[in-house]
Amino acid sequence: MKVPEELKYTEEHEWVKVEGDIAIVGITDFAQNELSDIVYVELPEVGKNIKKGDVIATVEAVKTVADVYSPVSGEIIEVNEKLKDEPSIINNDPYGEGWIAKVKMENPEEINALLDHAAYKKLVEEE
Amino acid sequence: MPELRRTPLYEYHKQLGAKIVPFAGFEMPIQFTSIVEEHRWTRENVGMFDVSHMGEIIIRGPKALDFVYYITSNDPSKLEVMQVQYSALPTEKGTVVDDLLVYRLEDHFMLVVNAANIEKDYNWILSHKLEGVEIENKSYEIGEIAFQGPKAEEVLQRIVEDDLSQISYYWAKRVKILSKEMLISRTGYTGEDGFEIYADNETIKDIWGKLMEFDEVKPVGLGARDTLRLEMGYCLYGNDIDETTNLLEAGLKWITKLDKEDFIGKEALLRIQEKGLKRKRVGFVMREKRAIPRPHLKIYKDGEEIGYVTSGTFSPSLSIGIGMGYVKKEYSKKETEIDVEIRGKFEKGEIVRLPFYKEGTVRK
Repeated sequence: MKVPEELKYTEEHEWVKVEGDIAIVGITDFAQNELSDIVYVELPEVGKNIKKGDVIATVEAVKTVADVYSPVSGEIIEVNEKLKDEPSIINNDPYGEGWIAKVKMENPEEINALLDHAAYKKLVEEE
Repeated sequence: MPELRRTPLYEYHKQLGAKIVPFAGFEMPIQFTSIVEEHRWTRENVGMFDVSHMGEIIIRGPKALDFVYYITSNDPSKLEVMQVQYSALPTEKGTVVDDLLVYRLEDHFMLVVNAANIEKDYNWILSHKLEGVEIENKSYEIGEIAFQGPKAEEVLQRIVEDDLSQISYYWAKRVKILSKEMLISRTGYTGEDGFEIYADNETIKDIWGKLMEFDEVKPVGLGARDTLRLEMGYCLYGNDIDETTNLLEAGLKWITKLDKEDFIGKEALLRIQEKGLKRKRVGFVMREKRAIPRPHLKIYKDGEEIGYVTSGTFSPSLSIGIGMGYVKKEYSKKETEIDVEIRGKFEKGEIVRLPFYKEGTVRK
């Protein structure tokens, strides 16, 4: 189970990569493995304002469906269009090509409340 | 929660790194690699399933046939020795205690029941016991492998002396595999040709190990077992049928022989038939790829709620969402357009004739 050191995590298995005031959001290797066979991703609208904890995407797998919650508040500035045709990228590369959305953060301090890789690793080991 | 049981093949699954989940009181492999991959492999090659969790209840004694005739909806008196029948255990109300396979063997019947219902069925059967009948629950002593796919016969033949091409669909035979005698039948739950193999817990391990040696064979978990059966429109107990759905509305009239002299639920079913059905089980295909129906979602027609989804999935063969559910009878005709409410949105679907997948190699 991959848990890259440079990322931040949520208890709901999202990851965040911080680039200045932009947060790139996706779901973790653990999450994609639990869902398995992702067949559709409902993406948010670009320009939408969201609060931390809002649903920003919904991931449909063969057997189940899961909501993706935004780890931060702000404005959606970009979504991963590639997921529309090839949602399984998330299964193959959850931390890279399988990113879901970019959020321009309203309050970058929210990042401090997220889990670091050690804390997240511990969390998934307990699940 | 009571402790989970393990099938005799559990250690094999663990070694292969299968994802294991609690299912019907057992720790079962839900997938080995990917549901879609395993599904496609079964449609093209051979998928091997551990179905040792299924229950086996033996009925013997001079009145065994009369008893099975009375507790099941289909007609076991039509069976020849070594023939198999899909049937159901109805309640007095004509709803479903369980669906099952009835094997007429040399001097007894074997009822193969759903894992989740083993204890319920056994107690139900015991509670209706007649003089001259012996009932034995062998569920935890017998292992079972489902060997399914277009290449199933060709591959299984390599380790069986008897000519498998002589076994017709829904017939069984005692054959020798690895110098042990066991029961196999040409049955399955995937829509492909194939066999189900029954043996004691130790022997089933040897057979699994042997069959895994062939390149055409891959292990398949419960995830793909469900998508395969759903593409065929087969019922899953607990989803599509249960003690609240009657056999007629479930579309199981073909295994309900209302002209039988007597059986549990007959009167109720006759009354239901006379009054006419209120709702029916249907299959439907969604229009948009984003719309994957899931159990319990509501079905609408022109804004009116007309039913609900009992099974739904993304179909790996058709690459679109498919589902089954109950709708008011007047909306159950094929080509009827419906809406399924998914995440607060109405998604378009169309009622179709089952099966969804029509290329299966299963013998008819």
